[in-house]
Amino acid sequence: MRTLPVGPEALLVEVASGEEAQALHADLLRRRAEGSLTAREIVPAARTVLLDGLPDPARLAAELTSRPVPPLPPRADGTVEIPVRYDGPDLADVAAHWGVGEAEVARIHADAEFRVAFCGFAPGFGYLTGLPARYEVPRRSTPRTSVPAGSVALAGPYTGVYPRSSPGGWQLIGTTDVVLWDHTREPAALLSPGTRVRFVPVAPTGPVT
Amino acid sequence: MTDRALSVVRAGALTTVQDRGRPGHAHLGVPRSGALDGPAAALANRLVGNGPEAAVLETTLDGCSLRPRSAVTVAVTGAPCRVTVDGRPAAWGAPVRVRAGSVLDVGPAVLGVRAYVAVSGGVAVEPVLGSRSTDLLSGLGPAPLTDGAVVPLGAPTGVHARVDVAPQAGPPSELVLRVSLGPRDDWFTTEAVRLFLSGVFRVSPASNRIGVRTTGPVLERARGEELPSEGMVLGAVQVPPAGTPVIFLADHPTTGGYPVIGVVRAEDLPAAAQARPGTAVRFVAVRGRGGC
Repeated sequence: MRTLPVGPEALLVEVASGEEAQALHADLLRRRAEGSLTAREIVPAARTVLLDGLPDPARLAAELTSRPVPPLPPRADGTVEIPVRYDGPDLADVAAHWGVGEAEVARIHADAEFRVAFCGFAPGFGYLTGLPARYEVPRRSTPRTSVPAGSVALAGPYTGVYPRSSPGGWQLIGTTDVVLWDHTREPAALLSPGTRVRFVPVAPTGPVT
Repeated sequence: MTDRALSVVRAGALTTVQDRGRPGHAHLGVPRSGALDGPAAALANRLVGNGPEAAVLETTLDGCSLRPRSAVTVAVTGAPCRVTVDGRPAAWGAPVRVRAGSVLDVGPAVLGVRAYVAVSGGVAVEPVLGSRSTDLLSGLGPAPLTDGAVVPLGAPTGVHARVDVAPQAGPPSELVLRVSLGPRDDWFTTEAVRLFLSGVFRVSPASNRIGVRTTGPVLERARGEELPSEGMVLGAVQVPPAGTPVIFLADHPTTGGYPVIGVVRAEDLPAAAQARPGTAVRFVAVRGRGGC
């Protein structure tokens, strides 16, 4: 673990792996909830956790590096199920990358157990990990100018669901009708860091082409 | 509809509703947003008797025109500009009484970029995640003002300040930004870090509420690989592949994959947000929690 100062009131904690970042994030949230840590923002990412709004970043840095990160606690909360039609325009490309048939892509993806590693890009957009490393795919060489809301997509080690229509370079494998973000709902975000997720295949509504 | 409202006569190039923003949701990908020149927005609220949490209007370069449906007290702060009511000159930086149906015109900024218009009672659009701010990166909060729109107002809560004129820092002719190096200064060559702290950059016209983009010396990276996405703070100086720094303002993305060479002191960001394209920018290193 390495801590890097970020201005006068923030700290970036860098760890060796995505799993360790998720464990550290869970531990920091627990400590904030019990009152032993004061931080305005705790932002997990690929290999780091950013803490912002700290009263004394140097002291926290010394404390964090002197104690091991407890492993992720066993699943306590429920799992969010996201129904998916595996009908994305990049399904064939992903199948080719994986060396399997298109139907097999759906099976492999729906069999995996995901966890929201972190959020970013847009409110409610989660970066989900859980697919074995051999199923990593590159981004599309040419990003799309518009990806429809509800698109289930892959890039690198991550699965994501577009909360709303936006430009994007991820490989689209399916579609969901689930609302990822609704600011009139509490909580607004269906997925937040740490949420466990499963994708549940449903039959396409339209004719299969 | 209630008569506690403003009709927008002229929306201007970009006029948004802003308050102190919605910090605390970065882990969901929600930017903090909020007034870019916080002290100017707070002063405007104080002048009209609003609490510090009240929402104000933030204009961009060319001001706006508003017609209140009931008598209100307004104050215009931030970028100095000509203020008129029904064509007659009125005070800038002081409380101004505007009668129902009169037209308040906030003229083009003489200096600086963003003027703040506080109205007694505050702008009362529906809050989203605890804030009424327009967030131009993620689209949260009310859309920017348009001609003919109606902006709801809250009930006045206080008594407006008894001042003739409030002193305000003028927009800078040259920006000197205090910066702490890191967290990723080691991703740049020694020469790039030296250039960053000694070179003269200029504010680019492509700047917006997300960040102040700059032109000038190109900062060369020592490491070519991709940086895994990491959390970003307000004031982060991110260096995209083009090599010229971008200083993150209130609508900045919550995570990013370009290395941050340093972080500008939050107290220096209002001046950065008021700097016009072409303004010279210098970064000076400070350590720890020092500075004035």
